[in-house]
Amino acid sequence: MISPIAKMLARHLLQGPHTIKGAPAADEGGLRELAESLGLTAQAKLGRSLAIREIDAGSCNGCELEIHAVNNPVYDLERFGIKFVASPRHADVLLVTGPVSWNMAEALRRTVEATPEPRWVIAMGECAINGGCFAGSYAVAGGAAAAVPVDMTIPGCPPTPMDILAGLRALLEAVEG
Amino acid sequence: MMGNVTLLEFLSMGREVAGHRPWPRYQLDGRSWRRLAEQMTVSNWEILAEWAEPAEVHVLLRGEDSGAIAVASHPCPDGAFFALGQVRPVAIRMERAIRDLWGLVPEGLEDQRPWLDHGRWGISHPLGRPRQYDGGRRPYKFLTAEGDGLHQIPVGPVHAGVIEPGHFRFHCQGETVVRLEERLGYVHKGIEGLAAGKPIHDAARIIGRVSGDATVAYSLAFARAVEAALGLEISARAHWLRGLFAELERIANHLFDIGAICNDAAFAIMLSHMGVLREKLLAANHAIFGHRLLMDRVIPGGVAVDLNEAGRQTLIQLLPVLRRGFKRAVALYDHTPSLLDRTTGTGVVHGTLAHRFGVSGVVGRASSRSVDARRMPGYPPYDDLDFIIPVLAEGDVHARIEIRMEEVRSSLSLIEQILLRLPDGPIQAALPLRSGEGVALVESFRGEVAVWVRVSETGKVVRVHPHDPSWFQWPLLEAAIEGNIVADFPLCNKSFNCSYSGHDL
Repeated sequence: MISPIAKMLARHLLQGPHTIKGAPAADEGGLRELAESLGLTAQAKLGRSLAIREIDAGSCNGCELEIHAVNNPVYDLERFGIKFVASPRHADVLLVTGPVSWNMAEALRRTVEATPEPRWVIAMGECAINGGCFAGSYAVAGGAAAAVPVDMTIPGCPPTPMDILAGLRALLEAVEG
Repeated sequence: MMGNVTLLEFLSMGREVAGHRPWPRYQLDGRSWRRLAEQMTVSNWEILAEWAEPAEVHVLLRGEDSGAIAVASHPCPDGAFFALGQVRPVAIRMERAIRDLWGLVPEGLEDQRPWLDHGRWGISHPLGRPRQYDGGRRPYKFLTAEGDGLHQIPVGPVHAGVIEPGHFRFHCQGETVVRLEERLGYVHKGIEGLAAGKPIHDAARIIGRVSGDATVAYSLAFARAVEAALGLEISARAHWLRGLFAELERIANHLFDIGAICNDAAFAIMLSHMGVLREKLLAANHAIFGHRLLMDRVIPGGVAVDLNEAGRQTLIQLLPVLRRGFKRAVALYDHTPSLLDRTTGTGVVHGTLAHRFGVSGVVGRASSRSVDARRMPGYPPYDDLDFIIPVLAEGDVHARIEIRMEEVRSSLSLIEQILLRLPDGPIQAALPLRSGEGVALVESFRGEVAVWVRVSETGKVVRVHPHDPSWFQWPLLEAAIEGNIVADFPLCNKSFNCSYSGHDL
């Protein structure tokens, strides 16, 4: 009997990968934001690779679902040299989701401080940009910028995987110069 | 204490509150509330949710086998109430939260530590009578474990990978977990405070974001509670489309969870395979309904989008693709002994504990609890559809995977039935301007979501309380990991997949 895993691997070898052809171009809005916030001096040689640490600062977990989606074989983020890492100490980029709850504000600041320079902070989703529908609560500080400096935003509720890909490609282009 | 008395017989000693639908609400004085607690020691009445107002505490209860549901309320103008956590440990965290948010003191509760309030809001009792917080952080005293060779592992709130924040304090002996204590509340956003006073449709947007992965279930529970409060009947087509959205959400989440649990046992190909299947479904959602996660598609009064014939055909053609892919993935799981070795016998929740905590959802059904809100109390369109509710007794990670697999098959069948028999009719009804109180219980992919709401004649939400099934599941995760190795924690945690946001509110 041929084992199920052998069948599955053989099928994919014959049919090719699930990955979508092509990829969204770098997000124009993101590039403009980065041109303002980075300037030329912040360009760094990262070997066309970015390591990202995601921080949920109070999200409803919708953004997390779409971040998981960009890592699936269909969008396959890693083909662009971008990967998620477990520790902020290994990261170039902090991807912040959710409004910043007061209960998470210190943890967010300390995570950013633990990330070596040069580092970039992306506010992803309406909540991280301006607090979204949670703005104005006694328990919410506001968007990510209420707690840490933000270099770029990716709008959406939640942003689709294509939006996320376009945003991250903009960052990759900008920091590589 | 009384002998054999049903929940509704017992509560009828209180004063029935007019205009509370579809199940009654009774106000109990101090003496009757205390008798309720006593009666709970000899009955199998289950707590479904507990919350408060500035001078009143409410508990949503389900009676014995009849499944009768009612709200018991206890006005407490002196700011204290007899804690139900003394007889039902599942109420402890909810009553600690009630103290944090409304300032009502749960008398007799052994654990008087704060729960959601980390001392960072600048005020105390934000939903009761707010007071400037006098400053100074209160250190949180974790429970201890003592003995030779014990060590602590603190984890979080920012912890492994792409995940919500929470703190886990492990006491270990070597590799073995002796005690786990959770500390949550990091993503508390003050949702009840935000939604109060908002027009109904604005509040619906907020409640749809209590827990993003269960957005359909929350929107549905809120809509049903509002419609109950207003005495509004919606069309059959709207009910059926809601059922379609809910089952699409259930499958999408179960696929991801099955893959992610295997991934946490270092078997990444399952996550890849499930990710591809999930993506097919979400892409169809996006193309047909305009949102991948179906946010804001269920609204009070009906649904926001209709399904046209082209969309119906797309979904009908998608079903065999999902079925085939899923069957292959299940075969892979079943024929990988090294993976089964990690999931079988790991993170066991005993049936007695599951019953004691009244836990719902996959966690409950994998530990011999046959509960599913779609069947009991039941709501449309499920009363008109055939589906099974799988139940297993083993209570381990493997059982929680098996339950999810069976539910994926069951939901695929439900979707097929809905697509073939979808009734015609309007998809929305206008909301009448009327005051009232309503409550709804809905089965999310995670378990029973309850929403209670009070609306005013001006079309605004006066108060709303959303309750996540995770409240009852998080404490059981502490029990499930005991005696397991630290390395199996991600596996156990993912097999529960509790919501942080839904719990923290």
